[in-house]
Amino acid sequence: MLPRELKPELFADYPPEARKLAEKHLAALRALPLSFLPSLLREVIDYDFKFPAERRALEQELGNLLSLTDVETHDWFQAFSAIKLSTKLEHLDWVNSPSQFVEELSAHLWSTHQLDDFRRAATEYADRLRAVVAVEPPSLPRLGISVIGGGVASYNEPLFRKLRPQGAYFSRVRAENGLTTLLSAITARAKAQPLPYAHWYVEGGEALEHDAALTCVSYAALEPARAALLERMRSEISRAGMGPEMLRTLLAQLRPAQLGMKSSDAVLDRFQVRLLTEGSGTQIFSTSFAQWAAREVLRRAQPLSLLVRFAPRQRQKPMSELLSPTAGPPELDFVGSLVDADMGAYYNWLNQQRLSGAEKSMFLVWFEDHNAALAISPTMPRGTESTSETDLAQLLSWMT
Amino acid sequence: MTEPSEGELSRRLASSRRDFLRTAAGVTLGGSVLRSPLVRAANLAKTKKVIVVTFGGGARDQETFAPEGQENVPNMMRELIPRATFFTQVVNRGILGHYVATASLATGVYETINNFASLPPEHPTAFEYYRKALRRPSSDAWVVAPSNGFNRIGESNHHSYGLGLGARVILPKYLLKAAISGPSADYAHLLRDNYETPYYTPELGGNEFELEQLETILKLSVDNFKVHARSLSSPDELSLSIVRQLMRQVAPSLLWVTMHDIDIAHAGAYSLYIEGIRRTDRLCAELWKAIEQEPEYAGRTTLLILPDFGRDADSDSGGNGFQHHRTGDALSRTTWLMAMGPGIREGVVFDRAVDSTDLVPTLGAILGFSPSLAQGKPISEVL
Repeated sequence: MLPRELKPELFADYPPEARKLAEKHLAALRALPLSFLPSLLREVIDYDFKFPAERRALEQELGNLLSLTDVETHDWFQAFSAIKLSTKLEHLDWVNSPSQFVEELSAHLWSTHQLDDFRRAATEYADRLRAVVAVEPPSLPRLGISVIGGGVASYNEPLFRKLRPQGAYFSRVRAENGLTTLLSAITARAKAQPLPYAHWYVEGGEALEHDAALTCVSYAALEPARAALLERMRSEISRAGMGPEMLRTLLAQLRPAQLGMKSSDAVLDRFQVRLLTEGSGTQIFSTSFAQWAAREVLRRAQPLSLLVRFAPRQRQKPMSELLSPTAGPPELDFVGSLVDADMGAYYNWLNQQRLSGAEKSMFLVWFEDHNAALAISPTMPRGTESTSETDLAQLLSWMT
Repeated sequence: MTEPSEGELSRRLASSRRDFLRTAAGVTLGGSVLRSPLVRAANLAKTKKVIVVTFGGGARDQETFAPEGQENVPNMMRELIPRATFFTQVVNRGILGHYVATASLATGVYETINNFASLPPEHPTAFEYYRKALRRPSSDAWVVAPSNGFNRIGESNHHSYGLGLGARVILPKYLLKAAISGPSADYAHLLRDNYETPYYTPELGGNEFELEQLETILKLSVDNFKVHARSLSSPDELSLSIVRQLMRQVAPSLLWVTMHDIDIAHAGAYSLYIEGIRRTDRLCAELWKAIEQEPEYAGRTTLLILPDFGRDADSDSGGNGFQHHRTGDALSRTTWLMAMGPGIREGVVFDRAVDSTDLVPTLGAILGFSPSLAQGKPISEVL
């Protein structure tokens, strides 16, 4: 089937809000090339479970498409139209299974050497969209905080190497009550700007006591879901003919209830399932979970505040130990986790800077229970180092 | 300000590698060095051997040859690069999956086979060209590889080549599992080397190196193999120990080693990715030492080391930095090649673009076969 053959009844299996959205923009959808449309429908079909920022962005994108004339639509999408697709792709049920189509499209683009053309088309489209869709600045400057290295007694290698050129490094930060101070800071912001899914606390271990104004995901709280997921993966992968691609498709269809999740927040539940099913390593390593969760929170929810606390992950056993397995709980790799988290903090900052208002955004990274921290904000001199004694509350006040 | 094109990004990457290598390793820029054919002729041995190492699993500049990455490759920096000709810009224009990309390296054609299926390459491999053209026995071409589908990489299904003309393939981890498995033991975890998918272990499909051949060909008892394996930290260390045994007992002229430890990056733990790079760096230096120590190889072996491809750039919002190689951006497509051995100039860097598919024609020019179906061209600077 081709996009021009789309009819309202084809969206009958979409969730209610998504169906309304698709029907409202049907004329625009019909005009789009097949190399592009399923990627958009992949977003539309999840509309009911999207965060407010994602909803706004999708509505704006569809509104823009609806406003284009035929000539403009042709102009915007001619690079996508030039992508050659296979008959097999055309015959897929891309209306109801857009994610599966996109997976197949990806394989097709690689194997037909059209990936670079597609990348160029996608980049060009994103640039044009950014130019015409008004992006609202955040209602207050964004604040990202990363806490790394929990449990590490001492570490003599330099930290924050990738971030140091961006901000001020402090080597004598009083560590007392550090976590409480940071949690209080983002809680105060959440209470001052009480917007849904705007203030997040991502915890790589067990979540500290926190105010309900924060949206929280934690690795420890998801332990039952992770165990259920790993068991399901183990079971599926042992089936004849099962490979990584088919497994990925199956995981993408998993719903929270299938992993034993049942909270009052369906949007958050769906988000957490995605973290575990789409994130590589998130089921096994807490540092990978925390970094990926932060990336997805920033990309999707576009928060005003985000505190990410990395916790020690389990140690990767060398082959010699795998050959002589011993019983007992997995050991933790404290220093390895610190290295993971140091890089993770850099990625958290990079991903925050991709959001609107980047020029006013603030970012703080702290070596938990130690004296090293780095602060990035318009008020902090870049590439500097301070040996003056201070504390985290003072740093936060200097950043604003 | 306009964004740099992919080609411009590739050139910038190459330039940064070259500048670094020139200052840190004391090498010179290839274009300014005059060749002496007499030197090369004097160094040529009668019996040539070639070992190809894929610096496994994809590694980026910033963790290897860029200034901030040099601490991760000390052995290559200190011991190998001063003795090598180094190409800073090897571009892989194919599919960035490890099996299909390695198959493309081995055939000189960008293969499009399913990365996760147990399928042979569709075009003749270097091993087939070599054995057919020079009438070499099967013992003269070997592949030592990780287990994920690489068991089919030694031989294509091309109608003019294929069956019986390929390389022998050893999958050390499968051998190890076969050696240690008992009725109550579950060592399936040893075979899990697809770091994107926990529990996935690939299926084998023909051409397996049998356990009994461990003793008949490699002269290694199963008991000794098991004991030795228990002293090793990773699958790539196991591969290298098999390679050394092959060199001692069989001394093949064309030997291909695929490393894979680095691909643990897919699990998202940066420290484990770095650990993989450091280990692979050490193993490459150990292999060169082994070449120099083995009488069958010393003075007559060309060693070629190259990654199958890189990994995604931090700056590409479509990826997640070092973790994957999914975006197809310039950083994930642009890698390097190091060539060492008799007749190859030492401490020289070239930054012209080389294609991944140039490897097989280069092997052909070194060993004396004509890879008629390969797409690339011989790399003249190492011939």
